[in-house]
Amino acid sequence: MSGDPVTREHGLRLFHEMLRIRRFEEKCAELYSGGKIRGFLHLYIGEEAVAVGAMQALRPEDAVVATYREHGHALARGIPMDQLMAEMYGKQEGCSRGRGGSMHVFDARTHFYGGNAIVGGGLPLAAGLALADVMQQRRRVTACFFGDGAVAEGEFHEAMNLAALWKLPVLFLCENNLYAMGTRLERAQAQTDLTAKAGSYRMPADAVDGMDVAAVEAATRQAVERIRHGDGPAFLECRTYRFRAHSMFDAELYRDKSEVERWRQRDPIATWLATLTERGLVTDALAGSIDVSVSDEVAQAVQFAEAGTWEPVDRLLTDVYTPVRARLAAGRGAH
Amino acid sequence: MATTTYREAIRAALRDALARDPRVFLMGEDVGKYGGAYAVSKGMLDEFGGERIRDTPLSESTFVGAGIGAALGGMRPIVEVMTVNFSLLALDQIVNNAATIRHMSGGQFSIPLVIRMATGAGRQLAAQHAHSLEGWYAHIPGIRIVAPATLEDARGMLWTALEDPDPVLIFEHQTLYNMEGNLADTAGPVDIDHAAIRRPGKDVSLITYGATLHKTLQAAATLSAEGIDAEVIDLRTLRPLDSATFVGSVRKTHRAVVIDEGWRSGSLAAEIVARIVEQAFYDLDAPPARVCTAEVPIPYPKHLEDAAVPQPPAIVDAAREIVGHRG
Repeated sequence: MSGDPVTREHGLRLFHEMLRIRRFEEKCAELYSGGKIRGFLHLYIGEEAVAVGAMQALRPEDAVVATYREHGHALARGIPMDQLMAEMYGKQEGCSRGRGGSMHVFDARTHFYGGNAIVGGGLPLAAGLALADVMQQRRRVTACFFGDGAVAEGEFHEAMNLAALWKLPVLFLCENNLYAMGTRLERAQAQTDLTAKAGSYRMPADAVDGMDVAAVEAATRQAVERIRHGDGPAFLECRTYRFRAHSMFDAELYRDKSEVERWRQRDPIATWLATLTERGLVTDALAGSIDVSVSDEVAQAVQFAEAGTWEPVDRLLTDVYTPVRARLAAGRGAH
Repeated sequence: MATTTYREAIRAALRDALARDPRVFLMGEDVGKYGGAYAVSKGMLDEFGGERIRDTPLSESTFVGAGIGAALGGMRPIVEVMTVNFSLLALDQIVNNAATIRHMSGGQFSIPLVIRMATGAGRQLAAQHAHSLEGWYAHIPGIRIVAPATLEDARGMLWTALEDPDPVLIFEHQTLYNMEGNLADTAGPVDIDHAAIRRPGKDVSLITYGATLHKTLQAAATLSAEGIDAEVIDLRTLRPLDSATFVGSVRKTHRAVVIDEGWRSGSLAAEIVARIVEQAFYDLDAPPARVCTAEVPIPYPKHLEDAAVPQPPAIVDAAREIVGHRG
């Protein structure tokens, strides 16, 4: 599908967006080693074409539900990099006020409903968001990202069934990177063709090369168009690969270096740059200057996060519940 | 005044909510065609249609999660889970999403969701349909837990819960559905913040909630005949607990018995006793006592089920003992 014509502007945009994710995460890995980012950190490096390609098909009003490996989705969706970096630091200038960290990115402005660190936990939410849209006659789509690991969860099957039964406008977008943490697909699934599972719920189910940003975009557009038309949910499997470890604690004992190397040859950013170059849409100088501008953006994001502030400890209990004036006025009860 | 039942009072509350707010809808297993496992929503499918009275597949995790998503999307869902035991299949969604999203998102998203479920023993349904697990839920910050024990609360708690911007779980004791009584024609929303003193007294505070309230009131009547004037507190809201009301009562009576259909170990009763000891230790004339369910899965035979859960004689005995205990 990379043969499809792409305007220069759009082609460069895809390159730029993928590079932003790559450089952001490379910096995150560095900051993690430096102790600036703590907790779990799951890098998306290698999978950038999926988030960037898929987001092109969404409108500003659409909803996004993502996973704990969601920095790419967040950036591609338009959450400002500085707010995302501040969230990585746990600073209150972060997009979730620092409460969530790497795994729990939320952003009301872009309808980004997390960052969910329970595998499969986002699928029912996506069905519910879509149900709310249907019941309120809003014509929007909910894009729900999840990995191949989630396909083993009951919530996958329950949510696929409910969405198909009620014709809910959900795009189930499976990022199949072949490993659920360290367990390869064949070691966990009796049926490794994930489209067959989705198809059994009587919804359109396609697979696409997740290393090809233009192919992901085209397939997502097609699926989203059908969903927007009111035909119910669709499933799209993006076949991709995680270049880095599962998290920063992973010794990668479960896969060969040669396998990683083979997939690295298909690096989605390098591949896309080669395509653009081949078509005469970008020069080395331009690609270089884009990289410089991205590095600047990352540096500024780091600066923003460094300058950010810690939420005062006296705010520890805020937002466990929504403040309700009447309840506070009653002045009793709540402990 | 009209004679009604707990079941009808909840149905009236549901109908009222659906009529008042187009964002409200009911979903759950068998709430539509079947009319609800406990017949609470009987007739409502015909009245409100399939869009708003939604039968779901047997997918607790997903229909509860979809309730959370729909709440995020601007609706006011009421999710019915058939019994508290089944709600364990949705525990992930309740604990990991409903209770956390507001805090985790830095206050960007609230979840105005109501989940109703049946709880408790007394109908010989054995060990997978009769447990009282509301105390577990009351452990979780981010959700509100209520337990209507009266017709007024069955009628009135739902609307207030729907107006709450955060998730509210309503626990309906399955032995109460047939409870009959009079309800004012004007009955409507009630507060879900405060405990209620159902029987004022001066000698001992009997603190309870849910169906056990009625056994406790029976016990109080027995005690009264013996000259012991018991005050009966209905907690109503199990999280957040209204400590002020029950601690205030204990300060007055100087004695407390907590009656809880949950198991004793790690129970809500344990939390209440801890608060009494923390906040009113020097007011106590006797050690607080507890009457809880025996630490056994609820058995099927009637005599064993009765023996497992708190009964009026045990409440009377516990109260007698601490009143006899002159500090």
